[in-house]
Order: sequence, then structure tokens, then C-alpha cells
Amino acid sequence: MTAIKLLFRKPWIWSFVATAIVWFITIMFTGGASTIGLSQAALTFAAFSIIVGIGQMFVITLGPGNIDLSVPATMTLAGTVALKVMNVDNSMVVPGLLIAIGIGIAIGIGNYGLIKLLRIPPIIATLSMSFIVQSTAIWTNRGLRIKPPSALADFTTSSTLGIPNVALIALGLSILAYILLQKTIYGRWVSAIGQSILAARMTDIPVDGVRIATYVLCAVLASVCGYLLANFSGGAALNMGSEYLLMSIAVVVIGGTAVAGGDSNVPGIWGASLFMFLVVSMLNTYGFDAGIRLIMTGIIIIGVIVLAGGRDSSVKR
Amino acid sequence: MMTVVEPQDAVIEVTDARISFGAVKALDGVTVTIRAGECIGLVGHNGAGKSTIVNVINGGLTPHEGRITLDGKPVEKYSVKVARDHGVRCVFQELSLCPNLTVTENTRVMYHSLKGWGWRKRASAVVRAKLDDIFPGHHIPATALVGDLTIAERQMVEIATAFSEVAQKVRLIILDEPTSSLDAGLAAQLLNYVRTFVKAGGSVIFISHILGEILSTCDRIVVMKDGKVVACRPSSEFTEHSLVESMGSVVKGPSARIVRIAINDEPVLSAAKRRGQGLPFRAHKGEIIGLAGLGGHGQTETLIDLYLKHSRSWLRERTPRVTFVAGDRTLNGVFPLWSIQKNLSVGNLPDLSSKGFVSQTREAELVQSWKSRIEIRTKDVENRILSLSGGNQQKVLFARALATRAAAVLMDDPMRGVDVGTKQEVYSILRSEAENGRTFVWYSTEMDEICLCDRVYVFNNGIIVAELSGDDVTEKNVLAASFIGAAA
Repeated sequence: MTAIKLLFRKPWIWSFVATAIVWFITIMFTGGASTIGLSQAALTFAAFSIIVGIGQMFVITLGPGNIDLSVPATMTLAGTVALKVMNVDNSMVVPGLLIAIGIGIAIGIGNYGLIKLLRIPPIIATLSMSFIVQSTAIWTNRGLRIKPPSALADFTTSSTLGIPNVALIALGLSILAYILLQKTIYGRWVSAIGQSILAARMTDIPVDGVRIATYVLCAVLASVCGYLLANFSGGAALNMGSEYLLMSIAVVVIGGTAVAGGDSNVPGIWGASLFMFLVVSMLNTYGFDAGIRLIMTGIIIIGVIVLAGGRDSSVKR
Repeated sequence: MMTVVEPQDAVIEVTDARISFGAVKALDGVTVTIRAGECIGLVGHNGAGKSTIVNVINGGLTPHEGRITLDGKPVEKYSVKVARDHGVRCVFQELSLCPNLTVTENTRVMYHSLKGWGWRKRASAVVRAKLDDIFPGHHIPATALVGDLTIAERQMVEIATAFSEVAQKVRLIILDEPTSSLDAGLAAQLLNYVRTFVKAGGSVIFISHILGEILSTCDRIVVMKDGKVVACRPSSEFTEHSLVESMGSVVKGPSARIVRIAINDEPVLSAAKRRGQGLPFRAHKGEIIGLAGLGGHGQTETLIDLYLKHSRSWLRERTPRVTFVAGDRTLNGVFPLWSIQKNLSVGNLPDLSSKGFVSQTREAELVQSWKSRIEIRTKDVENRILSLSGGNQQKVLFARALATRAAAVLMDDPMRGVDVGTKQEVYSILRSEAENGRTFVWYSTEMDEICLCDRVYVFNNGIIVAELSGDDVTEKNVLAASFIGAAA
């Protein structure tokens, strides 16, 4: 009894409850025929939201005003450049990944550089950065559509023991993120800065160092995600990141991370990402057209946030 | 324990009130009678139950057992509204004004009857008149945003709002440590006003850790300990000494001041003249330096500048050079979402970790040792920091700073709301740490604390106007120096 009560006090439980409900409704409609297919698709597509969502979560945890809007552009640039460098050559898989990570590091430093040097809010700094990055992607891409190396294409689209490989990568990254947040000095510092940046500065926390590391981490995760997504979908496209702008923020919020900062939540990102994918596929199975689908998605997201918000104020404070 | 009083005399009477939070008995059978035209002093250690009984009287907490009588008539359902209608007002220890509103708008928040056309005009007239009454010569415009005011000015506004009479007559004012953020001059003005208010038939409950104020202002003193009233006598029957003893602390004489003659070594901390005027600042190894002067004259800014100058924001130094004890806890001290443990250890994480991972056992050891050393009153250090009383939160911040290896400790009036026993304890820790070579820079609004320092810089209008050292550090000299800049 108490175990169940305790479980229901966890802020991430609600996204999983919602996911289970939507999953069940969709399965019911198809009469159980699509159980395995739907679950695998959900895990595959959720994996990409999870990877960018974790990065966004670290940034949002830094406190009010912190957000990275350059995520989609970063994904696109990392995807296009990596494919170009690899040039369908299986031996170039690792250098391609390193290039993608390098792009992430550069964009993260650039983001925080703008925030710090020009003293502009993160929302504007990262948005301007995203224009620069997106233009660079257009310039490097030049309309070419390069196929991914065959080994990588196979790896990203296949499964191990029935679980999609990309979901396994997302799981590994999530565990690392959880350890980073809960067990390390860096995680403590991120949480402290999110609660009160003034108090953090007066407690000898290297505020600028921690913040730049966090923006770099977010951009690196976005570029890794772009690298995987480009290989998964058989080539990079200039709009491949666009849906991940709203997605990365939505999964953080629905997953129970405090929007005001200081308190983050890794398991919730999983629940929220699966939920977001399943809502769309549920509405698809029920045959709604695109307009209705978008409206319904919006209403469902708001509903979950309201539910989660009510719980938060009664239990935590 | 209680003196027999005529029932019609009592503005409010609380009989045998009991409250427990879990296993902690916050109130264990407390009986208090407040008569018209008297000022009652309420003293006791942090966590003795002072704030709890105050919350019972203002209707915020319903006792699990006990009776409440208003004007001799028992009340069935006592609440904040009943209390307010009865003329009970409270000035809270944690300032309760909204920082994003102006002084006038905050008055409106307190008094719902200030509504309709022209409420702004009426509200600002009310609060301005009261501010002028209590603190003649203040410089607080009613249109100022509360967030822009200093902590002392905010306290003044809060006091003036409570004393304002809008719809009902004000009969009982509860002042919960009102003078802790006021300097000597403002505190004297407030205490004067309290006496006038009481002479006119009003009642006041006055809570303070500064016993001199209690003795000079109150008619009767109630001493609390562990949720009980342990003494309740006219204040003429107490002395400062007997008051401390009845609270259960041992009185210690002031420790000997160490005067360092001819200091030639390199200063640990230094700062140029502020705004190119006055004297420069320097602090040597093992000194306790006081920053004195009227409140809000640049002392806090000096401390923050010193801190920022000697610490880094990109990469932490292996051995920190300075550490800071906040006075404005909610602004730059406490991490509100965290437990007591995390709040205490946060300043010292690199020393508690290996390869970037925080060692839970070392963290718990450090916290436990400080919990007993500085007597943080909690059953479990995993409780949230905000579950502690104000004074106990302050102790956590103290422990956070003292636990670091920093060579210099900067303190921004940190003793606000800390009880006498703990103060003595902290003073002796400061003294022994200073003997071991630590430097302390201590801004305090309390003259007793300034007089404990080896050397004192006196501030006026943002600059250092005088430096006193050794036996020259006396109340008279500090006060005289506080007005140098103003006269020149």
C-alpha cells in the first residue's frame, strides 16, 4: 500500500500512466493486432525525443529563462555534415560521429558566448544562433541527399532482443544523465543554480563554468540525435529537426521537470516521449485528419500539464 | 503561574494550548493573557515555541487542545479573519510584503476595505501618515516598489502597515523580531512608538533576541522553553542576567580581544577606497573585522564586492579564498527545494567528493558533526530547509561557510533571528577559528557584536569614514564615527 502511495508521489509517474492509457486505447482499436509493431515504433521514435529532451532538461533546470532553441538547427547541421564526411563509407562511421559531437561543442560554446558576452537572454541568443546554424546547414547541403553508410543505416533501423537499437542508445544516455544529476558535483551545482543563481554564486559555485558546460551538453546531445536520425531516415533533410523544437520542451515539461528550474526528472522524459508519439499514432488510427490531430494533441498536452501541476503543488510544497 | 486578572481586561486569552507537529511538541500547555494597555515581551531560544504561540494568537494555527477567549468571551471557531476583525495585527519575522508591488499597493493587499474609486490615494495617505508617525524623517516614497527597498525599509513599511487603522481599531500588535533588521536609530524610534501606542490603551507582543530592548520596553516578560512558559513576571523583576538564565543559557563574559600591533604581513583581503573616497579596506590573517555604521550604508555591497573579487565564476579554485554567510537568506542564502543536508554541504562539495562523485557517507558525517556542534533543531537533516525556523536556517548557513577551508569568512549581518545561546556559541567558534588564522569580516547592526571585533571600519553613505582598533572600539566611538561623513 505504502509502496504504491510512494510511487504515486513521484512526479514522473503521471506521464507513464497517460502513456499506458493511450497505448491501451490504440491497441483496443486495432484489436490487438499491432501490439508489437506499435510498441517498437513508439520506442524508436521516442528515442530521438528522449535524447534531445535530456539536453533540454539540463538547460531548463538551470532556472527561469534558460532554454535552448537552437536544438533543431543543431540536429540538421550535425546530420548533414556527418553524412557528407562519411560519404557512404563504412570506415568513416566513427569520424562522422566525432565531427557531429565537435559541431555540438562549437554550437554550445557559441550559445553561451552570445548569452554572456552580449548579455542577451538565452531565448534570443539561442534563436539567433539557430539562424546561423541553419544557414550553414543549407550552405553545406546544397540540395544534395547523401545516403548513410550501410552499416549505420542497418544499425539504427534494427533491433537487439526485440528492442530497437536507438532506444538502447537512449537508455544508456538516460542512465548517464541520471547519474550525472544525482551523484556528481556537477549535478548538485546545476540544481543549485536553478534554485537561486545569486545564492549559488555566493556559495563558491562556478556559475559560468557550469552553465557553459550545460549548454555544450545540450548541443552535443542534439547533434548526436541529429546524427542518429539522419542515418535512421536514410539521409539528412533541412527540416529534419523542426518538430524537435517543441518536442524537446514538451517532453521536459510533461515529464515533471520543474519549469522554474532546480528540479529535474529523467524517467519522466521517457514517459513523456512515449506518450507524445502514442497520442499522434492513436489519433492516426482513429482516422482524424491533420488539423483535428494537432488540436487534440494540444488539448491532451495541456490536460497532462494541468494534472501534473495540481499534484506538484500539493505534494512538494 | 498566571496572575489573576479581571476577565474584561483581557484582549485575548489563550488557555492551555497544545500543538504537536509529529513527535515534536511545539506547544505543551501554554497559557497567556494579554491585557489592554500592556506590552508583553516574549523571549526564548530558536524553536522554543515563540512563533507557534504567535501563530495561534493571530489565528493562523488552531491548537489541538486549549481555549481562546476574546474580551472574556470564549470563541468557538477562531481564525485569521476573526483575529483581524478583533483588531489583531502581526508583523512577521519573514517579511511578508509582495516585492513586485508598491508600498501603496501592499497596503491595499492588507486592507480589503480600501476599495472603489481613489483607493490608491487613500491607501497611500494611510501608510504615509503611519510611517511619518513611527519613523519621522524616513525617506520612503509610497510609490516605491517594495523590491527596490532595503531590508530595513521593507521592515519599516511592514510595521507601518500593521499599525495603520483602516476599518477596525487596532488592539493588539504582534512584533516578531522587528528590530533585528533595523539599526539603532530606527529601533529606538520604533520602541518609542510602541510605548505611545501602549499608553493609549493598545497591546503589544514583542519578540526579540536583544534583551536590553525587551527589558526597557515591556511591562511583562514571558519566557518560553521547549514549548512551555517557564517564567512570566513584570520586567522590573528581571535583569539581563536573570533573563538569560531563565531561558536556560549560561552567561559568559566577553572574551578578551586580541589586539595586533604592527601588522606587516600581506593582507588576506583588500579593497580600494569606495568611489575613490574615504579609507581603503584591508584585512589580515586571524583578524575579526567589524563593518559598522547605520544600516544600509554600503556594508553589504562592500562584502559582495570583496567576495566577487576573490572568487571565480568559471572554474572553482582548489582552496577557496573567501566564503560568505548571507543575511538576506531568501535572496542569496537558501536553496529552497533542498534538504537541510544538501543546503549545508553545498559550499564544500569538492572536499566531500572523489573524481566528481559526491560521497554520501562523507557528506552525512560532515552534516551530523555540524548539526550537533551548532545545535540545528531538527529530527532529520533530510527534512526540507524551509521546515526550519528562521534562526535555525541561519545556523545552517553558518555551518555551510565554516565547514569550508576558506581563509576568510564574510558575514552579512548573519545573527538576525539567532537566539542568545547560539550567538554565544558562534562567538566562541569565531574566536577560536580566528586564533587558528582565519579572517572574519563581519557586518552587524548590533553594537554588542561590533564591540567584539578586533578592528572596525565605520561606514557612512557608501564609503568608509573611520577605522577604530583595539580598545578604541566602543559604542561611543562607533556612534560618533557613524556621523562623520554626514557632518562633513
